[in-house]
Amino acid sequence: MLNKILVIFAHPLLEKSRINRVLLRRYSKHENISFHDLYEAYPDFNVDVKFEKELLLNHEIIILHHPIYWYSCPPMLKQWIDLVLEAGWAHGPGGNALKDKKLLQIVTTGGPKFSYSEEGSNRFTLREYLLPFEQTARLCKMAYLPPFVVHGTHRLSNAEITEFSNQLGGLIGYISLKDFDQEDLSGYHYFNDILFKGDNHEQ
Amino acid sequence: MNSDFLIQALVFIGAAIVFVPIAKKLKLSSVLGYLIAGIIIGPFVLGLVGGEGSDIMHAAEFGVVLMLFLIGLELDPKKFWEMRKAITGMGTMQMAGTSVLLFFIFMAIGWSWQTSVAVALAFSMSSTAIVLQTLKEKQLLRTSAGESSFSVLLFQDIAVIPILALLPLLETAGLKNSGVTGGSLFAGQPAWLQILIILLAVISILIAGKFLAVPFLRFVSRAGLRELFTASSLFIVIGVAALMQLVGLSPALGTFVAGVVLANSEFRHELESDIDPFKGLLLGLFFLSVGSTINFDLIISDPEFIITIALVVIALKFAVLFAIGKFFKLSQDQNFLFAFGLSQIGEFAFVLLSFSNQINIIDKELNSKLLSIVAITMTITPLLLLVNEKLIDPYFGTKTLEDEDEMDIIDTKHKVIIAGFGHFGSTIGRLLRANKIEATILDNDSDRVSLLRKMGFKVYYGDATRLDLLSSAGADEAKLLIAAIDSPEVNLELIRMVKKHFPNLKIMARARNRYDAYELIETGVQHIYRETLYTAVNLGIDALTELGFRKYTARKQGLNFIKYDERALQKLADSRHDTKEYIINVKEEIEMQEQILQNDLQQNLESTDISWDSERVKEELGIKE
Repeated sequence: MLNKILVIFAHPLLEKSRINRVLLRRYSKHENISFHDLYEAYPDFNVDVKFEKELLLNHEIIILHHPIYWYSCPPMLKQWIDLVLEAGWAHGPGGNALKDKKLLQIVTTGGPKFSYSEEGSNRFTLREYLLPFEQTARLCKMAYLPPFVVHGTHRLSNAEITEFSNQLGGLIGYISLKDFDQEDLSGYHYFNDILFKGDNHEQ
Repeated sequence: MNSDFLIQALVFIGAAIVFVPIAKKLKLSSVLGYLIAGIIIGPFVLGLVGGEGSDIMHAAEFGVVLMLFLIGLELDPKKFWEMRKAITGMGTMQMAGTSVLLFFIFMAIGWSWQTSVAVALAFSMSSTAIVLQTLKEKQLLRTSAGESSFSVLLFQDIAVIPILALLPLLETAGLKNSGVTGGSLFAGQPAWLQILIILLAVISILIAGKFLAVPFLRFVSRAGLRELFTASSLFIVIGVAALMQLVGLSPALGTFVAGVVLANSEFRHELESDIDPFKGLLLGLFFLSVGSTINFDLIISDPEFIITIALVVIALKFAVLFAIGKFFKLSQDQNFLFAFGLSQIGEFAFVLLSFSNQINIIDKELNSKLLSIVAITMTITPLLLLVNEKLIDPYFGTKTLEDEDEMDIIDTKHKVIIAGFGHFGSTIGRLLRANKIEATILDNDSDRVSLLRKMGFKVYYGDATRLDLLSSAGADEAKLLIAAIDSPEVNLELIRMVKKHFPNLKIMARARNRYDAYELIETGVQHIYRETLYTAVNLGIDALTELGFRKYTARKQGLNFIKYDERALQKLADSRHDTKEYIINVKEEIEMQEQILQNDLQQNLESTDISWDSERVKEELGIKE
């Protein structure tokens, strides 16, 4: 048995995103992955909270896949977080619905990796910008895995896109296994770093 | 009507309906089926039909004329203009290359130079009828091989005319036999005048098509009689063909130009579906008669000569075409299709050979042998294409990469059909067009159609509930049909028909109100759009706003209301089915309204967005003030 994975995907202009269109193809190759495209499901932002809760309950690993705009996620995903992660259900007293599930972010940024550092134009690391998401996971009693990141999407060559797609394949293989130990991941900044170690679990 | 005619018709049609389905069942092209049927009913197998094959062929050649009209219809002038380089470039190279090489071969086997020239020219022709019919059946006309084949064929069709004019110049001295082409205004004129006549004829068709045919068809369509429109379509095609024959030009060329002119008119699809059955029948007849004229006695008397020449000609034509394809950079698989497809000798060879025989360039015995060779090569073509498809193509087939293919998510090319272009349909059409989607639009109000066309819409005249019209509008390949006809009854009829004949076509249906929607639900349509729902809800949302609701909240409530109402509609449609009562009377209508209002009260339309509601959050988190 493999872990059941839910991909919550939010991109307001997917048709213009080369990298994301290629990455998404990875998901359809795995039976244990449910893919949920928020901008397709709710073009008018009218989130069906009941449906979303059901979906979350049925999966063990939740992936939030989105581009980074102005140091955060697209508004649709924020809307989703606002509405679905209800007090008393996802957090607060008795809010244990998501307890012990795992949250993983897959994000793309236009800026290159060095811009997300103290010396770079963005002055902070990407992990620092993602702290609100990490904390959201904590508050919902979920484990937060190191994010999978594609930097510098404006200048990706086709070969690089293929490389990232292969890395994502490795990631999926890795987290699909029931017995993967999240302690092994804790020391890493990005999920990509684990995959670079050559520890490729793709099936 | 004498009984001979009836019996003959019976034999021809009977043979076709037996053999063509068998060929289709074996996944062969229908052309091969017709040819085999022709051979079997011909004098050398069953002998059901005699030597009249060639007479029938003359009548059947009209099928080729109709086919070119239809091809013209599918090719608007802009597209035609874009193809001019391919037509002249590929066309001249093919004609010149093939006939020069053939000429040397024929000289080498000891024919007189006159005979060699005439036969070489005749044999450089390929068969428009066979090639286009086969390509169309296999849906390959729009491929680059299909377009190249078409270009070459069109050039050949046009080239027949000057060749016919030039052949008499080869006439050997002493056997002067003029008057063969008598009755035509064309032959016997000096060259510059002949070119002038061609130009004049083409231009007059262009002008007459635009300023005479279209208003004429508009006038006829107002009468609203379908058979009258069919008659007018035939009248136009036969008229053009007759006119061309009168001035001594190719009727095929004339009708092709007429087709191109009418391709841009609103009657395109209507004309197509009216002419198509005639074309199909006549072409079938043509292939049958080709089959029945193969003279097996002759072949048996001198098999080596006939078979060798046939094979050499096919091989040589193939080689020339393949080289041209390489020169014009066709991909490998397309080039094979192109070269195999055009490697036979065409029906114009019959005309050119008979003519050469009449003016004594070719003697009678040789002529019959040559005619057999032509028929044999035509019969072999479908087999060659089969070999190409099964054995060669799999090795060279260069399919586009999956990755690149998916980049084109949005199809802009006529994948949508809008039936009904009143206020409702035209709004949809405008939205699609603003997003660069050109829909095929059908409407049967000819006045509205011509008005909308003036405003730049591509609207076609016709009754959308006609099966053949929908077919020629591309319902087989289309993705979407938007049923937006003003009359709910007609709309329903259209949807029932589409559901039956084009089960893969997705339907989006307009409904006036709930009652229309119930009917539509029963047909199994998934996407139903009630005119009275969305507008009314939008007004309701604004009313709530006027009364002090925040706009975002009012809008959310409106959207939730639509969701709820769609669900309620489905439920009520089911319960309505139980009563088996299709006509809604007033009492029932009131009962239904009551039921709806009751449901509304029970439905908790309260917002689910409790996370933003601080009262609710405080409650959940146990915070007390």
